Amino acid sequence: MKIENISRRRFLKATAVVGGGVVIGFALTGCSSPGPLPIALAEGGFVPNAFLQILPDNTVKFYTARDEMGQRVTTGLSTLIGEELDYDPLKMEILLAGVHEDYNNPSMGVQATGGSNAINAHYEPLRQVGANTRALLLSAAALDLGVALDAMSTEDGHVIVAGARYPYGQFVQTAAGLVAPTETPLKPQSAFRYIGRESTRVDALAKSNGSAVFGIDVDLPDMHHAVVKRSPVAGAKLISFDASKTLAMPGVTDVLEIGSGVAVVAEKYWQAKTAAEVLTVQWETVALSKLNSANIRADYQAALAGEDAVSATDEGDVEGALTAASQVLEAVYWTPYLSHAPMEPMNAVVRVQNGEADVWSGTQGPSGAQGLVARFAGLAPERVRVHQTYLGGSFGRRGTLTHIIEATQVAVATEKTIKLLWSREDDLKNGLYRPASLMRVRAGLSESGKITAWDATRVGGNISPETIKNLMPALFPGLGDGLIGWTVGLAEGAFKGWVADPSSLEGLFEDYDHPNTRVTHTTIDHGLPLTFWRSVGHSYTAFAKESMIDELAIAAGEDAVAFRIKNTENNPRLQHVIRVAGDAMKAMTPAPGRHLGFAAHHSFLTDVAQVAEVSVDAGKIRVHRVLCVVNCGIAVNPDIVRAQMEGAIMFGLTAALHGHHEIKDGAVVESNFHDYPILRMADAPSVEVVIVESDDKPTGVGEPGLPPIAPAVANAVYRATGQRLRSLPLAVDEGASIDAIQIG
Amino acid sequence: MIEFELNGVTVTSEDDPNTPLLWVIRDSFKLKGSKFGCGAGLCGACTMQIDGKAVRTCILPVAAVAGQSVTTIEGLSQDGALHALQTAWVEHSVPQCGYCQSGQIMTAAALLDENPSPTEAEIDTALSGNICRCGCYPRIKKAVLAASSAQPLFRNAALAQEA
Repeated sequence: MKIENISRRRFLKATAVVGGGVVIGFALTGCSSPGPLPIALAEGGFVPNAFLQILPDNTVKFYTARDEMGQRVTTGLSTLIGEELDYDPLKMEILLAGVHEDYNNPSMGVQATGGSNAINAHYEPLRQVGANTRALLLSAAALDLGVALDAMSTEDGHVIVAGARYPYGQFVQTAAGLVAPTETPLKPQSAFRYIGRESTRVDALAKSNGSAVFGIDVDLPDMHHAVVKRSPVAGAKLISFDASKTLAMPGVTDVLEIGSGVAVVAEKYWQAKTAAEVLTVQWETVALSKLNSANIRADYQAALAGEDAVSATDEGDVEGALTAASQVLEAVYWTPYLSHAPMEPMNAVVRVQNGEADVWSGTQGPSGAQGLVARFAGLAPERVRVHQTYLGGSFGRRGTLTHIIEATQVAVATEKTIKLLWSREDDLKNGLYRPASLMRVRAGLSESGKITAWDATRVGGNISPETIKNLMPALFPGLGDGLIGWTVGLAEGAFKGWVADPSSLEGLFEDYDHPNTRVTHTTIDHGLPLTFWRSVGHSYTAFAKESMIDELAIAAGEDAVAFRIKNTENNPRLQHVIRVAGDAMKAMTPAPGRHLGFAAHHSFLTDVAQVAEVSVDAGKIRVHRVLCVVNCGIAVNPDIVRAQMEGAIMFGLTAALHGHHEIKDGAVVESNFHDYPILRMADAPSVEVVIVESDDKPTGVGEPGLPPIAPAVANAVYRATGQRLRSLPLAVDEGASIDAIQIG
Repeated sequence: MIEFELNGVTVTSEDDPNTPLLWVIRDSFKLKGSKFGCGAGLCGACTMQIDGKAVRTCILPVAAVAGQSVTTIEGLSQDGALHALQTAWVEHSVPQCGYCQSGQIMTAAALLDENPSPTEAEIDTALSGNICRCGCYPRIKKAVLAASSAQPLFRNAALAQEA
């Protein structure tokens, strides 16, 4: 319904004109809260909707509503609209949209990017916009040329009449006087020209010559630079600070307390950074200050007894099935807190002037950025302009915008234009984390090798209450802190005591056939800030699930692939990628000392199976090669799918082999890439991606490549060493026998 | 006052001589292509070439480049022509978020200047100081291999001027 509303009513009703070189402001009609589009009108430019501006010289500007963090969404979305508009997406001028209701994510209701849903959510709406605009231009051409509609066709930005080509730009004046159609039929898949085509990315050159503008690159003439000294322990409030030395440092203009700590403002970044180093600050001690990694694991372990568990799923008779099973396996899996560590540290530029504000930052939620600046500058949201930039990586991190709050607070207090930048140390020590998890799976096997029971539980913190806490102030800038706190408390209580947070358990139990299924959850949240991290719950549940499936296959005396096929009769799409990957695996001939591990997982509507070729030498795990089979529906751009699978595998390998945060006295110990290592080129495997042919609507590709890789590697390590590693990051015990074992 | 050559032009820095070259280039000379990633010489996002060698500039005081020739990503190609690596980067759709790519390309360009036909292992060694969080490594390697056989190769502005 949402999609219909947006595509048919809101996106398409209005047209607007910029005639005779005069720029005329306009508002969309049919919007619940219209307001002008944040589009700079070019001379003679025609704006049929929020997404397109067509110029008389036949330039097409496409305003991408989703945020570009590397996933090539600008290329993907321009392909959707270009397909129906009949205009080569690679020839479009791509712009990052400002904030307007028309740019809301159809599947979220706010202007945000995440959940690997951009292509899926815009597949019909953006094509509909393209089709309607093309129909409008054809109607204008019919009037201008005096030709019947059915005597015309279109091709790459031109109307074709009897072999003659007329550029779209020729008809924009006439088109502006017409009412746009709303329900133009879409092309059949067989007529696609751009969807499914191999093409380069639209931003490749700008990202190869240094000209792509990220938030950190925004530079305003009167800008001052701010850094913030924050408590090493999340939530600990400031007791006092001594700024005397700091204020004496060159270039320093202000030292002030803000919500998250003490901000140091200087004329240049390096001055602010060095001056902040001599600031002495005292922080209060909070409950979290006593927390150490060992306590976390012990508290989770104790909670596995299940006294405080809430039920998520309870189907059939799990206890009865376990009793009747020919074999029962039980194992416990641990996954740690993790940082996103995008290469571009958090930053924002905020200017508050004359009752209005501007914010420049690369975010996963431009409307949230608008709301936060409005809230902390005391302005109405429509007085805040958001200037979206490229995101230097995100992986979920740039959905939480505390850096924008900080920049706004400093800008308001100092009455200066502020560029605020986090250091890498800030990013790792004061960030938001993928929650740690302890998971236990008990599974029953029948004599014929079918899974009869699946009894799974997870202990850890929940993301959803944190998300509510971070989003509410942004989405409802007028709402008081008290009401927000009350709502967050309600959510925390609900997910602790009544109902499991779906984000905490997703992927732990859905993929395989098991008639008797019980899933429970116990919330233990020590208070580290939590948020989405690429593939969210799947990033850890797949490790537990696919490791257990591997153990079950071995217990059943079956091949890893055959066992999975046998137990996915009710999940044909997953079964298909397992089958395709299994066939490819048979053709892989690992060199002596190398072993293959298999895993498969469904997430974000997409099915992925992976084979990892691994060796273990002197305790060091090396992943040489990964085969990845993916079914993501129609591949709008196959190279984007391949790139996202490659990237997700590398991201997942960092987590599988290195990713780990140690907590000491409530603080994160790791501070930079020397103790929070990221996979490097010499350790990167080659990746081969196989995209399964499909006529289905496109599904997610940004995240689904990640979940299977850690278990695929762990399953290979078992074959290489006989060691079943059930904790991430994977660590082989060098003292143990490393003789490879033979498995059927 | 520190004088050095920046992309072929003699410039003078008035920043504190201890200021890392990265911040002098970004904040005073307003060239934003070189990036800040770690501030500790660990990730390579800030890589520039100094007298043709790839150097981490986030930990290099500007005083250290007095009298030397600094090349940034902005100075790698000239007269609108692309460096062979940049062409290969586009053809292989190497970048994802793109943030680390200036550093990757500057490191790769220095490698090709020294070793025009590197093996995969030599590329691994040369580029393993550059982190790509998006995981573009297989494509970076392919693009470097493609560029290593491409001609002509304008490897950097300083060398091109000498030639």
